[in-house]
Amino acid sequence: MKDEIAVYVKSLTRTFGDFTAVDHIDLEVSKGEIFGFLGPNGAGKSTTIKMLCGLLLPSGGSGTVGGYDIIGQSEEIKKTIGYMSQKFSLYDDLTVVENINFYSGIYSVPDSRKDERKKWVLSMAGLEDKKGFLTKTLPGGFKQRLALGCAVLHEPPILFLDEPTSGVDPISRRNFWTMIYEMSQAGTTVFVTTHYMDEADYCDRLGLIYRGRIIAEGTPNELKMKYMTRDVLEIDADRTVDALDVLNRNNIESAIFGSVLHATVENAAAAEPLIRRHLGGAGITVRQIEKIVPTLEDVFVTLIEVS
Amino acid sequence: MKILRIKAIVQKELIQIRRDPLSLAMAFAMPAMLLFIFGYAITLDVNRLTTIVYDRDRSSTSRELVDALVASGYFTVVRSAEDGRELDDYLDSGRARVAVSIPEHFSLDIRTKKTAPLQVIVDGSDSNTATIVLGYMTVFTNLFSERLGNVKITPLIDPRVRVWYNPELKSQHFIIPGLIAVIMVVIAALLTSLTIAREWERGTMEQLIATPVKPAELILGKLIPYFLIGFIDVAVSVLMATALFGVPLRGSLFLLALLSGIFLFGGLGLGIVISVVAKSQLVASQISMVVTFLPAFLLSGFMFAISNMPVPLQFMTRIIPARYYVTVVKGIFLKGSTIRFLTTEALFLTAFAAFVFAVANRKFKKKIV
Repeated sequence: MKDEIAVYVKSLTRTFGDFTAVDHIDLEVSKGEIFGFLGPNGAGKSTTIKMLCGLLLPSGGSGTVGGYDIIGQSEEIKKTIGYMSQKFSLYDDLTVVENINFYSGIYSVPDSRKDERKKWVLSMAGLEDKKGFLTKTLPGGFKQRLALGCAVLHEPPILFLDEPTSGVDPISRRNFWTMIYEMSQAGTTVFVTTHYMDEADYCDRLGLIYRGRIIAEGTPNELKMKYMTRDVLEIDADRTVDALDVLNRNNIESAIFGSVLHATVENAAAAEPLIRRHLGGAGITVRQIEKIVPTLEDVFVTLIEVS
Repeated sequence: MKILRIKAIVQKELIQIRRDPLSLAMAFAMPAMLLFIFGYAITLDVNRLTTIVYDRDRSSTSRELVDALVASGYFTVVRSAEDGRELDDYLDSGRARVAVSIPEHFSLDIRTKKTAPLQVIVDGSDSNTATIVLGYMTVFTNLFSERLGNVKITPLIDPRVRVWYNPELKSQHFIIPGLIAVIMVVIAALLTSLTIAREWERGTMEQLIATPVKPAELILGKLIPYFLIGFIDVAVSVLMATALFGVPLRGSLFLLALLSGIFLFGGLGLGIVISVVAKSQLVASQISMVVTFLPAFLLSGFMFAISNMPVPLQFMTRIIPARYYVTVVKGIFLKGSTIRFLTTEALFLTAFAAFVFAVANRKFKKKIV
C-alpha cells in the first residue's frame, strides 16, 4: 500500500523564531494524483513545499517523498522530483534553448534523449519560434511554461509546483493547467499550491491550509458537500456595495463575488423573499436571485470564518 | 561527480560572462589597467628633486657647485633664494624638498684650504627620499671636492659592491612582478566572489539547489571559466611587464604558468568561499577586497620587506597566500628561480587551494536557510 503513496508527512512543523509557519500538518498524496494545496498568502504553502523538496529542514515531524526521507535523504529526493519555484528562477540572460540545455545537463538527461526532450519542451511551451529569444524578453505565460518544461526535462515521477500561475493571464493559466493535466495522465504525481480558488476544481484532491494548519482535506466535491451544509444564493442587484451593507446589517452573511453577491443562508426558499424585502426597502433593484452550487471559495470563506 | 553537469555549468557561466559587459570589463580590462596605473605611479626612484639654492657666496666656485648639482640629474633648482627666510618658506610649503645654502666665505675657505661648510636641509617627512638624498649628497660633495682639489683621495678600503638581480636598481623591476601577484590575488577573489551570491540574489539558486547537482560540481563549474579568464589575465600582465615596462623574465615561463595556475585555483576558490558565506553581491565584494587587498599590499613583501617587520607580523605573513605568490613571480622574473627554490611556495599554494576548495564544498548547503 505504501507503494501507492508519493508524498507522506506526519506532524510536519517549521518555525522561524517565534513564528510557526507550518504547524503539525499531516498529508498523504497518492501516486498519479493532482494534489492542490490551497490557502491565502502566508498560510504556509511555500514553506511546506520547500520542506518536501529538501530545500528547507523541518523543525519537527517526519515524512517521505517518493519513498525517501525528507530529513535524511533530501539529495535522493532531488533526483526524483521536479520543482518549480514561486518566483521565476530560470536565467534571464540566457536564451530559451540555453536554459533548456543547461537544465538538461544539470539533470544529466542522456544524449540519446536530449533532443527529443528539448523538442518536447519547446512544443508544449509553444516556444518553437522563440528558441533564440533571451528569456527576459518573454511574456509571463511563456516564462512559466518554460520553467515547467525545464523542471520536468528528466521526466520526474513527482512534480512540485509552487504558485505556478501567479501573475499570469487567464488564458495562459488555462493552458498551463492543460499541461499539468497531460503530465498527470501520463502518471506524474503533481503537488501544486495556489491561492486561486477557481484552479482548485482542476485538482483530484485538495488540502486547505490556513495559518500553518490544515483546516480541510478531500476531493473538491467532498469539500463542497461536507462543509457547505447551508445554501448559497447568488444575488444580482443594483449598487452591489450598498446591497452588501444592507444584508450584513440584517444578519445575512454575504460577500461580493465579482459583480454579484453571494449570501450564505440556512434555507434558500425561506431566505429569498426576506432578501428581496430588505433590498427593496432600501430602494435597491434586484435583477435576479438564484440558488447556486457553492464554489470552493464559498467553502473556504466559511471555513476560515469557523476557524 | 558528473562531467556532464560540470560542463553544463561551465557553458552557462561562459555565456553569462559574455553577455554582461560589466563583468567582462572587470575580468579582462581591470588587471591590465591596474598594472598600467600602478606600474607607472609606484616608483621608489628619486630624481629631479625640487631644490632651492641660497647662494651667499656668489662666486664662480659656488656657481660651479650649483651647476654640478643640476647636472647630476637628481636635483632641479626651482628657486635661487634672496634671503634665508625663503628657504624655510619653500620647505614648509613643500615647494622644495631640498634646500642648499652656500655660506659667504665658501670659495675663500676652499682657496685657503680650510674645510668649507655647506648646509643642506632635507624634507624628512618622506624619510625614504631623505635617506637617499643624504647618500647622494655625500657622494656628490666627495666627487666635487676631488674635482676642485684635483687630487684623488685614496680610501683605505675600496668596496666592490655589485647588485644582483636588478643591477640598475630600477624600482620598477622589483615592483612590477610583485604588483602582478598582488593584482591577481585581488582580482581572482573578486571574480568569483560575485558568482554564487548573484544566483542567491536573483533567485536562480533556489531552482538550482532543487536539482541533483552536487556542491563540488557547482563549485568546479563556476571555477573553470574564471580560471581561464585569470590565466589570460596573468598572461597579459606578464606580456605587459616585459614589453611595456622592460622587466626581464629570467626564469621559466612554464614554471610561472604552472605555479600561477595553482595559485589561481586557490585565489578563485577563496572568492567562492566568500560568495557562499555572504549570499549578497555587495557584501561579497567588500569582504573579498578586505581579505585580499590589504594583506596582499602590506604583508606580502611586495612593498615592505617581511624581514623588517616585527616578529608577530612576520608570522602572520606566513598564512597569506599573496606572500607566496609574490615570491614566486618576483623570483621567476628577477632571479630566474627554479622549482628547487620555490618548493615551499608551491607546496603552500597547493595546500591553500585544496583547503579553500574543501571549505567551499563544506560550506555550500543546498538549503534555503
